[in-house]
Amino acid sequence: MNRALDGLRKRPRLTAILLAILLAALPFMMGFGLGNSWVRVLDFVLLYVLLAIGLNIVVGYAGLLDLGYIAFYALGAYLYAWLASPHFGLHLPFWLVLPIGAMLAGLFGVLLGAPTLRLRGDYLAIVTLGFGEIIRIFMNNLNAPFNLTNGPQGMNLIDPVSIAGFSFGKPLHVFGMTFPPTYFYYYLFLAFTLLAIFVALRLQDSRIGRAWAAIREDEIAAAAMGINTRNMKLLAFAMGATFGGLAGGLFAAFQGFISPESFNLWESILVLCMIVLGGMGNIPGVILGAVLLTAIPEALRYLGDFQRATLGHVAVDPADLRMLLFGVALVAMMLFRPAGLLPSRQRKREFAAEDGVAEQEQASLYDARA
Amino acid sequence: MDIFTQQLVNGLVLGSIYALVALGYTMVYGILELINFAHGEVTMIGAMVALSVIGVLAGVAPDLPGVLVVLGGILVAIPACMLLAFGIEKIAYRPLRKAPRLAPLITAIGVSIILQNLAMLIWGRQYVSFPEILPTTKFEFLGAHISLLQIAIVVLALTIMAGLWLLVEKTRLGRAMRATAQSREVAELMGVNVDRVISATFIIGAAIAVIAGVMVSAYYGLAHYYMGFMLGLKAFSAAVLGGIGNIAGAMLGGLLLGVIEALGAGYIGDITGGFLGSHYQDVFAFFVLIGVLVFRPSGLLGERVANRA
Amino acid sequence: MQSNKKNYVVAGLLALLAAGCGKQQESGDQIVKIGSVAPLTGPQTHIGKDNENGARLAVDEINAKGLQLGGKKVKLELLGEDDQAEPKTATIVAQKLVDAGVVAVIGHLNSGTSIPASKIYHDAGIPQISPSATAVAYTAQGYNTAYRVMANDAQQGKALGQYAVGKMGAKKIAIVDDRTAYGQGLADEFEKAAKAAGGAVVAREFTNDKATDFSAILTSIKGKTPDLIFFGGMDPQGGPMAKQMKSLGLTAKLLGGDGLQNVNFVKLAGTDAEGVVASSPGLPIDSMPGGPDFRKRFEAKYGVIQVYAPYAYDAVYALVEAMKRADSAEPARVLAELPKTDIQGVSGPVKFDAKGDTTGGAVTLYQVKGGAWQVLETVK
Repeated sequence: MNRALDGLRKRPRLTAILLAILLAALPFMMGFGLGNSWVRVLDFVLLYVLLAIGLNIVVGYAGLLDLGYIAFYALGAYLYAWLASPHFGLHLPFWLVLPIGAMLAGLFGVLLGAPTLRLRGDYLAIVTLGFGEIIRIFMNNLNAPFNLTNGPQGMNLIDPVSIAGFSFGKPLHVFGMTFPPTYFYYYLFLAFTLLAIFVALRLQDSRIGRAWAAIREDEIAAAAMGINTRNMKLLAFAMGATFGGLAGGLFAAFQGFISPESFNLWESILVLCMIVLGGMGNIPGVILGAVLLTAIPEALRYLGDFQRATLGHVAVDPADLRMLLFGVALVAMMLFRPAGLLPSRQRKREFAAEDGVAEQEQASLYDARA
Repeated sequence: MDIFTQQLVNGLVLGSIYALVALGYTMVYGILELINFAHGEVTMIGAMVALSVIGVLAGVAPDLPGVLVVLGGILVAIPACMLLAFGIEKIAYRPLRKAPRLAPLITAIGVSIILQNLAMLIWGRQYVSFPEILPTTKFEFLGAHISLLQIAIVVLALTIMAGLWLLVEKTRLGRAMRATAQSREVAELMGVNVDRVISATFIIGAAIAVIAGVMVSAYYGLAHYYMGFMLGLKAFSAAVLGGIGNIAGAMLGGLLLGVIEALGAGYIGDITGGFLGSHYQDVFAFFVLIGVLVFRPSGLLGERVANRA
Repeated sequence: MQSNKKNYVVAGLLALLAAGCGKQQESGDQIVKIGSVAPLTGPQTHIGKDNENGARLAVDEINAKGLQLGGKKVKLELLGEDDQAEPKTATIVAQKLVDAGVVAVIGHLNSGTSIPASKIYHDAGIPQISPSATAVAYTAQGYNTAYRVMANDAQQGKALGQYAVGKMGAKKIAIVDDRTAYGQGLADEFEKAAKAAGGAVVAREFTNDKATDFSAILTSIKGKTPDLIFFGGMDPQGGPMAKQMKSLGLTAKLLGGDGLQNVNFVKLAGTDAEGVVASSPGLPIDSMPGGPDFRKRFEAKYGVIQVYAPYAYDAVYALVEAMKRADSAEPARVLAELPKTDIQGVSGPVKFDAKGDTTGGAVTLYQVKGGAWQVLETVK
């Protein structure tokens, strides 16, 4: 197994091809193996990967703790609903609406970022949390005096994505088989996710990415090195928010129905947990975190079915157990693997505690002498 | 006028509760610079344990005066929560003292989730009602209705805060706490047992949280596994508003937040012709918080610690 | 519960066949699968299980009597699914049921889950009958697949508004809602009906579904001296609200919807619950035409009825009657027959209007007297 992995590492092109085939075939494997509902789970996994990559820019790259990230997701979703649903009678195409939603979210990212530039980590956390709640409360209440969001009833009948006359809203019947829209959305989401991964990876190694890392490590030193910390921080907020808004638009089109309850504080915390669990600042880690935290609860559902089938009733509620396990996992991760499952190289070094690093350096010194 | 007095009373009672819970956040933050997210949950567990004991006591000895029954509940819940807080600090925070700041914050969220779900498994998802055993005597003051319970809450909150202030300013332990807050390393060099001081901080915070938790459930007549979350959030906001790390600040922030919420919900709707009504109650609170932080990044009474991060 | 185990065996066997709509034949009886969705985990577990049991009782009875469609003997199978009362999960289990080849779905329990799921059933062209979703929006989407057998929020809000002004003599009314889809929807419908009946709305205040402190809004309401306060929301807020009304010296009466009409409200409000009036869609079980008899049969199998079991039971019968008229279990043909439904269910007559709402929806009003809910009257 290890040798196979090593072999793959040496042949990046082969790996890429294998990965591409796997990703392309995944919905069919899931669909025929486990049922089409798992393709829907897969779609949600991709949405959360997109969200996690966005939040990772703010938290992982620039070190700005944002607890209200889901607000941007909400903005993207609502903007999509405004411009492509019977609510205002507008039905603009998705390739127009998605960028507008992403830009609106990005703009709000700057609006949130601007007043919080002076704030230190924990204060920033509480302000962003407040911002997230403010957006949700406004969405929940703006059905009067003019009906902007339809309030708690949520917005319904949002247009599905449609490409060149082919609507994603209806299932496709070919060769005597039926493919629900979840298959089309999978490829659409996959395309956006790959784009996001590409952008995030390029950013990381760019001048901007290094500036963010510098700010994360020591803001004063970064400023002293001539980095414009204000602009860099705002850029991080804007970039992260843009991804959030994009994901929100996709969510609205996919689900066809959005309501404020989908954008509560726990969603923000969930996305944060994904990147922390997977390995902050490291894209593969972030992806792993998002996949695990989205898929595991679904898998745990079978625990309930299993209990019903064997015991005839549900002795331990898997929904209860799920959150409990989630909490335990968070604490255990931080205690035993604080840098995440797949930490970035740099972070691994940081977390190895100063003593450890010092010891190692000492040891190598002795080696040199001996 | 009577409506205004009543709103002020409403706000002060709510604010006293926020202030009590805020003390726990502010003490821990002052010493460790850690947002102890689980503090709201400790408050909830305190209320739940006390309520269970109260339920049993009220069943076994129905003739016992209500105040004594409630006191009995509190006396059982305080050591339980002290132990809980001691355990949380030892297991979840202490090993991470040297880790980057985000790490203990995440464990705090994790502990918070664990406590909530444990409480749900133990006490169920239903709201637990508080037995009607406390006297419901009411007074009229400038047209406002004030109950004995409300007076008790405010007086008790003020007393506890004064006591805590004395503890921090006048005792040996208090001096050790202040020293640890200023510099853990130097305090250690001066012979302060830092670990013990930190444990003591968590334990004292937990005891206060229990009293606040029982106050909340007695005042509103219920307790619930989820109650700690919102309460904790509001209290933390109050602590930040007043200047986190500062005991007087927690009190000021708590009272201020309570009054802002009450007056905001009560008047803004009428002032804006119904455009911004009581549905934006929490928004007012957050706006005030953001406003204060933008102009005074370390809160109303906070010291300037901008470069410590 | 043995039938549950059997479900898995049958589902496993059927998984080998291509996903169809019940046309496939087994060696013996033809199997027709019906989905039932409700939260089976989480805070509403007991109500969700109740819905499923109601549907299961109907399915078992029909199977015992024997069902013939298109000249063949048919056996119904009920597939129970858990949507956790969560919109996202609802769409996932809806897809799961469509995959499993159900011909119809009884559910979901909540409006917030029925609405997003209805899109998937509509896309798949299979009928959905909710026993308990009351939000107006559920049937207002223009889907020919969405039906319900319970009075919706508009019907309930209307009955409440008329009752408040007509029978309780309210002239100045204050309205509070909890900003949830349920609470806000009900409060809006109440407001319309109360105004139409000649009542004046002097205050409209808001709270949320996690709040416990209502003193600020109640004080503000007190300044406007209403004689009735309507609350659109659930018991965890209604209970403390009733208490705080008393302690603030408010003399206005408290009126609520089915969110308050439960035992927990009385527990939470304690002695301050006395005199509170609340409604519930449908008839009290003992006043239903087939109620007492249904109760006997249900309790013999599953224990105490929670709330909506009779409606889930009626939903199955409405569906099966449509199948009989179509002489087929094919969804398209059943859908064509569903609008003609006219049956006498245990909860009362079941008939649908053009949107899929029930036309015979009754609303019953209750009042707390001596620490328990007592029936005041039923309005049609």
